[in-house]
Amino acid sequence: MILLYATMGIGWNIIGGYAGQVSFGNAAFFGVGAYATAILLTNYGISPWLGMLAGCGFSVLLAVIVGYPCFRLKGHYFAIATIAVGEIMIVVFTNWDYAGAAVGIYLPILEESLKNFEFHTSKLPYYYIILAMFLFALAVSYGVEKSRLGYYFRAIKDDPDGARSLGIDIQKYKMYAFSLSAILTSICGTFYAQYVLYIHPSSTMDLMMSIQLCIIVLIGGLGKLFGPVIGAIVFVPLTELTRVYLGSEGQGIDLIIYSMLIILLAILRPQGLWALFSKRGEN
Amino acid sequence: MSELLTIKNVSKRFGGLLANHNISFTVNRGEIIGLIGPNGAGKTTLFNCIACFYTANEGNILFKGNDITHKTPEAICRMAIGRTFQIVRIFKDMTVLENIMIGAFLRKPRRTDAERKAREAAEIFGFSEKLHLQSSSLTISDQKRLEVARVFATEPELLLLDEMMAGLNIYEVRESTELMQKLRSLGITLILVEHVMEGIMPIADRVVVLDYGEKIAEGSPAQVINDEKVIQAYFGKKYHAKRREHSIKIQ
Repeated sequence: MILLYATMGIGWNIIGGYAGQVSFGNAAFFGVGAYATAILLTNYGISPWLGMLAGCGFSVLLAVIVGYPCFRLKGHYFAIATIAVGEIMIVVFTNWDYAGAAVGIYLPILEESLKNFEFHTSKLPYYYIILAMFLFALAVSYGVEKSRLGYYFRAIKDDPDGARSLGIDIQKYKMYAFSLSAILTSICGTFYAQYVLYIHPSSTMDLMMSIQLCIIVLIGGLGKLFGPVIGAIVFVPLTELTRVYLGSEGQGIDLIIYSMLIILLAILRPQGLWALFSKRGEN
Repeated sequence: MSELLTIKNVSKRFGGLLANHNISFTVNRGEIIGLIGPNGAGKTTLFNCIACFYTANEGNILFKGNDITHKTPEAICRMAIGRTFQIVRIFKDMTVLENIMIGAFLRKPRRTDAERKAREAAEIFGFSEKLHLQSSSLTISDQKRLEVARVFATEPELLLLDEMMAGLNIYEVRESTELMQKLRSLGITLILVEHVMEGIMPIADRVVVLDYGEKIAEGSPAQVINDEKVIQAYFGKKYHAKRREHSIKIQ
């Protein structure tokens, strides 16, 4: 779970952290990844691995369609537009019979193998797969941070007009950031579908998930390579612990704790927990 | 001298307000042109039209013979027109070096190349000692210089500098004039929008004066400061009349 959220957090960090475009619609990419895999597998028997690639393709397509008009909006308006997109996706998938509508899709149980992306006797292989995905996301994020792309993202976040005056096509680079973010989130969707083997709209596209990603990155450190990782390490166990100890009566307690954590962080360490470990945060 | 920039009958309207009306002039390669005028004369508007942050309503702007009137700011930066801003727009969350690297990346996509180039530019502009400082911790005059260094790294042929000297003290103004002469010696043509007359008069080859959105004078600094219309625009009619009386008496 930690790795899953860390991977998605890294995805979110690229658009929200580096490029500074707060997106509350990233859950839609997760859903697209999950649904693309599930539909291709149940209806056409296409391997989940290919489904994962297809999911990435659809997610990038969605990112481009959404990004083209929405990146003209600045700051908060972009965030609001992405909430709308996320909600539209839920409504569409809840009413779309072909995609199982509100009932969702049960993925067929196949023989366990790496090729089928299903394991029943032990969950361990799943762990290695998500570990690989996590390392892949980390590598992508590292590559971005150290390349022109990352520098341009930060420039766009810092001062869009200044960035334009230096020859940066901000629409184009925001689109790159959004697409990369979409891909990383989409592979997590595929993983989720194959792990749980049952998906329905509110488990894969909930607005809450987008917000959780945002919280993870904020807690860990915005625009920092390991920010989302630390955020996920703190966030996920907190959710699970409150769930275990307080059960259904404690629903929402975890959110109360996060909000307090965020308030504390905002006062003490605006750069996020990551700043505690990095010297540059001392300034 | 060859023409680098041609401004032909440019007008810019904001709703009912005519900010620039029918302005024409040319800029030759290697020149330093001063664009001056009282507050609200339309200097910055014209400047933003040239930099393509605004689109002129009428007229054309030609750079090396190409019409750039309807281009985007990022496109003309690639065509080698650079600009700075009246209120500095450096990337505050980045170090000095990173700021310059953003400029350098335009021509050098690889990080190591961009960094080398940024270090060269930093040396020219005297930032070698300050490379790793947070850019927001610099003084205003250093921040303005950083903006120039940053845009210099995009390899401009024409540089538009908006009020480089506003808010600087006498020493800083002098430094700033030296900086501009240095830029010229590096082969860059300059257009300076300026309020501070002392700063611009010694270095400009030609001065274009705007008032109420119209061009009222053009010529060498010496010609322009004796121009009746310019004196009227800057000091008002009363002063102009007094000065006239004074010169009649002398005669």
